This record gives sequence, structure tokens and C-alpha cells, in this order.
Amino acid sequence: MTNPKGRFGIHGGQYITETLMNAVIELEDAYEHYKNDPEFNSELTELFNNYAGRPSRLYFAGRMTADLGGAKIYLKREDLNHTGAHKINNVLGQALLAKKMGKTRLIAETGAGQHGVATATAAALMNMQCVVFMGIEDTKRQALNVYRMKLLGADVIPVETGTGTLKDAVSEAMREWTSRISDTHYCLGSVMGPHPFPTIVRDFQAVISQEIKKQIFELEKKLPDAVIACVGGGSNAIGSFWHFINDKDVRLIGCEAAGRGVDTFETAATIATGRLGIFHGMKSYFCQDEYGQIAPVYSISAGLDYPGIGPEHAYLHDIGRAEYVPVTDEEAVNAFEYLAKTEGIIPAIESAHAVSYAMKIAPSMEKDKIIVITISGRGDKDCAAIARYRGENINE
Amino acid sequence: MSNIHKAFENGKAFIPFITCGDPDTETTLKSVRAAVENGADLIELGIPFSDPTAEGPVIQGANLRALKGGITTDKVFSLVEDLRRDVKIPMVFMTYANVVFSYGAEKFISRCKETGIDGLIIPDLPFEEKEEFLPFCHQYGVDLISMIAPTSENRIAMIAREAEGFLYIVSSLGVTGTRSEIKTDLTKIIESVRKNSKIPCAVGFGISTPEQAKKMASISDGAIVGSAIIKILEKYGSDASAYIGEYVKTMKDAVRESLGK
Repeated sequence: MTNPKGRFGIHGGQYITETLMNAVIELEDAYEHYKNDPEFNSELTELFNNYAGRPSRLYFAGRMTADLGGAKIYLKREDLNHTGAHKINNVLGQALLAKKMGKTRLIAETGAGQHGVATATAAALMNMQCVVFMGIEDTKRQALNVYRMKLLGADVIPVETGTGTLKDAVSEAMREWTSRISDTHYCLGSVMGPHPFPTIVRDFQAVISQEIKKQIFELEKKLPDAVIACVGGGSNAIGSFWHFINDKDVRLIGCEAAGRGVDTFETAATIATGRLGIFHGMKSYFCQDEYGQIAPVYSISAGLDYPGIGPEHAYLHDIGRAEYVPVTDEEAVNAFEYLAKTEGIIPAIESAHAVSYAMKIAPSMEKDKIIVITISGRGDKDCAAIARYRGENINE
Repeated sequence: MSNIHKAFENGKAFIPFITCGDPDTETTLKSVRAAVENGADLIELGIPFSDPTAEGPVIQGANLRALKGGITTDKVFSLVEDLRRDVKIPMVFMTYANVVFSYGAEKFISRCKETGIDGLIIPDLPFEEKEEFLPFCHQYGVDLISMIAPTSENRIAMIAREAEGFLYIVSSLGVTGTRSEIKTDLTKIIESVRKNSKIPCAVGFGISTPEQAKKMASISDGAIVGSAIIKILEKYGSDASAYIGEYVKTMKDAVRESLGK
């Protein structure tokens, strides 16, 4: 689905400074070589299975299914991966690739901190230096993850520019990469940025849907009717969708962070409120004003608090293959609490956006229909923030 | 072809960069005029962007101050119209792809032509993506200026062969901002450019002192200075124009002294 210039329909491309062009070309060449290299793939599979704990479970949420009274609900438990989120899939792939390319240093941006933790983890494992850029606001919201990254040996740089959130962390990581390329790989955390990142990250995350497809066949002898995942940049969503894209009867649903609502300015729902633009190396949809200034977006979820969406999602939206729906803070927090009480699973607040939408559509679906929700990460990191949202102050 | 070549017909060129609307349009008008009166050969006008990924902290600050001051793309075009009542030297815009794209590429580039903008520098539009705007640039006779970086290596010939206006040689890795020393072997890069193109080369990124400007101009056709000027604006605000004029004069004198070609 990717043409040679990394386009998904009209989206994607390589809108970056000349200084970085040879770096992305070198990365593309290396990836094209190693993606078909049996040794690389067996090393990566070994890391997935014995380090990250793959395959992740596809769990039948019996109490939730009974309670909602409609479709059968399965949870794809990416929260059970080592480091607690799907982010490790991509990071192990990129770190291994970077190592093969002779790089000794990884830099990364992070929102909620999950990608930063995963990158710091892979760097520790592979004996590489690691620097993580994190918006100053997010370092406050996710103090525990900041500590985890430092514990793993990474330097965490708080980014104070702009809104001090994920987009500013991406900008700062790009600036850092521009100043130090020869020994450094930019381990981008989502299916965004310039080509080849959207393709590389998607391929490493596609293991999610590869496993779902096999697991659901074993359990149900058929395909699911809907696959639901949360979308910021969209890496867990594209990973969950990828092997179902050609199965036209499977509804693919991405849940965007609506924040305080798509009719307010405090939202991060790109498909619902954004328009076509060029930013962070790609053409895609972005929340922006009439002059193309990027909007200061908002969501309770630091991981979905991004003004754009990956170019392949923009394309899937254009052709109508995937649906993108907004979910508010309030709905996500309700789902966060619901899953904890109903199944004994505390999802990441990001994943709770997907849970919320499943709660909305499951009751009206037939009982023989199947919904798979990707629980992209675990919610321990969010407990303090959700408590604050509910007016309770707890010390982390 | 635009008028950019004229900037290089008066010996080595000195090219100051000013962010439009930092801190307000009146100051920009006064600062540009002061630069012109004191010997600037070409003016690089920045249209602010909320998230300028190629800029260091100084120019990032200018972008934010200008946006806070209420500058918009339409106001920038009005500002250019005002300047063009008396400013005769070539002027180019420096902005990010989304500013042009969002305004509508054809509308933006035709407005450039109407108001008297000679070229566009778009740091996040590399050679591979230039078709995004190039057809309109050709249609309206606005030069799309290419950049060459210390990492360009095997790409130099390809970029230089199709370059228009002047070539912007990025002196160092990293983002914009003043540097105490420029370490890149620019002579080699410029030699390689000369083999493939006849258009002038100007060096930018990291230049702030007359000595640096003189040195850079001696190996190229001119020096571009941004952050050092923005620092003057940062310090003196709406009173900056006199200081900018003085600075431009010193820098133009330094560039003029540089020999070689």
C-alpha cells in the first residue's frame, strides 16, 4: 500500500530538512535490507517472545460481555507486554535495526511516557545510550514514567516550548536528530513522521493483528466483526488493523481523544476537527487554525494528546476502510473505571477510549457478533491523574 | 527568473533575516528599512509558524512573540506591500510548508508575485517534495530556493543542478542559532556546488560576528544572519531598528572586505 515515496494515497511523504534526508534514506535502505533478512527476523522474534512476552493474550471478557448484553468482547492484552504497552514491539524492532546500522545512541519523544520507557528499556538491553524528550506538562502528569526512564539509564529532557506536550517533544527530538546523526537513531514512537517511519512502525506493530487473527480463529473459527483501538498517532491501531484491512467485513474503528468535546477547543480529535496539512515530516490531517498554525490540542490522555494522525490512517479514512470516532475525557474515564470493576483490568487511559466506544456499540449488536478491543497499555501510570480528575488527591 | 541575482551584483551579499511581526509589524517595517538603508542586499522575511522544527531557541522565541502579537499570513502580505513602496532590493520569504499549503499554494505564490516577493525558502520541503509548490513557483516566477546541508554529500549535484535564485548553504548540523565556531568543510561543499550550478551560494546558520561573516563570504557569495538579528529585537523590542541598522552596516562592511570568489 506504500508507493516508493512513502505515500498512502495523498498522505505521507518526507517533509523534513535537507540535513535529515540522507539519514532517512540510510534508514530506508537498511530497513529494506533487514526486513527480509532471516537472521534479523529470528532475532526479533526471539526478543518478542522471550523478552517482551509475546504473543499477548486474547482474553474473552465474559463479565463485560454479559453486562453489556450484546456482542462478545475480546481484549487483546498488549498491556501484558514487558514495560506495559504495545510500544515495546516497535522499539525492539527499531533498536535492533539501529544496532545493525552501527548506531550507538537512541533518541525518542514520549507523551504518556510508555514509548520513552520502552526505548529506555531497549537501550539498556542493547547497551545503547538513550535520551528521551518529554513535554514538561507530561513530565508532571506522568512523573512515575519519568522515574522509570531514569532508572533504566536514560536522560529525560523536559521540553518547555509550545504547549509542553507530545508535539513539542516530537519537534525537539527532530531538532536533536538534526544536530547529531552519525551515531544516533531517532526511535519514533508512532506511525507518523517522514517516510519510512510510518511503514517501519506499522510493520513492527502488525504483530498485534497477526496474533489476533490466529487467536480468534482458534477460539471462534471466524473473523471478528469489529476491531477497536485508540488513535493518537495511531501505532497500536494500525497494528491492530493491518492484517484485517483486506477482510472487508471486519469493521475497523479508531477512537480519537475528544478531550472536553469536539465542539470545544480542548480536543485532540484530528479526523473530527482537523484538516489536511503538512507537519512533522508528513502530509496528513492536523488540528490547525485557518493560517495553518498547529492547534494547542488537549486530552486527559498524554498519549493521545497529539494534533495529527498517521498518514496511513488518514488514507484509510479517505477510502472509508476505517472509521474514526471521537471519545471524550469523561467517557474514557468512565470506561477506565468500568473495566477495572468489571474485569479486574486497569487499562491505560488511552486504551480506555477504545473500551468506551465498544461499550457504546456492543449492546445493540447480535450476541454472535465479535468485538476485539486492543488494550494498548496498562493503567497504573494513570491512577494518580484519574484520581485527580475525580477530585481525589493521592501521592504517587 | 526573479530579481534575486541582483542581490549578488554588488560584491558579496549580506542577507539579514527578520521574523515578521516580532514583536509587531511596525517594528518589522522599521527594521527592514534600517537594514536596507545600511547595505543589506537581500531581505529574508520569516513568516511565523507555531512549531518551527528547524529553528533553535532564539528564532522559536521570535515566532511565538510574533504569533502572540497577532501576525497572520494576510498581515504579512500587507506588510510586504508597504515595504515595496520604497524597498527595491530582492526579498524572499522563509516559512514552513504548512503555512503555504494551508493558505492554498497557488493563492500564496500568486500573492508573492503580486506583492513583490522574489523567492521562497521552505526548510521542511526537501528536493524530493518540491513538486508540492514548484509548478506554481514557475507559473508565477517566484524562485523556490534549495538548501544544501553538511550531510548532503551525494545529493549536492542533484540539488544544485535544479536550483533557482540562490543556494542556501547550511553551515552546520542542527538548528538555527549563533555558534562560536563553524567546523564544516564548506569549501569542499561549495566547490561541488560550483561544478553543477552557476547560481550564487550564500551561507547561513551560526553566523553572528563580522569575522565569521567575512570568512563565510570569502568562500561563497554571501552570508545570511538570523538569530543574531533576532537577539537584537529580543533585547530592544520596538526600539531595535537603529541597532539593527548599525549591525547590518558592520556586517556588510565585513562581507565587502572579504576577497576571493
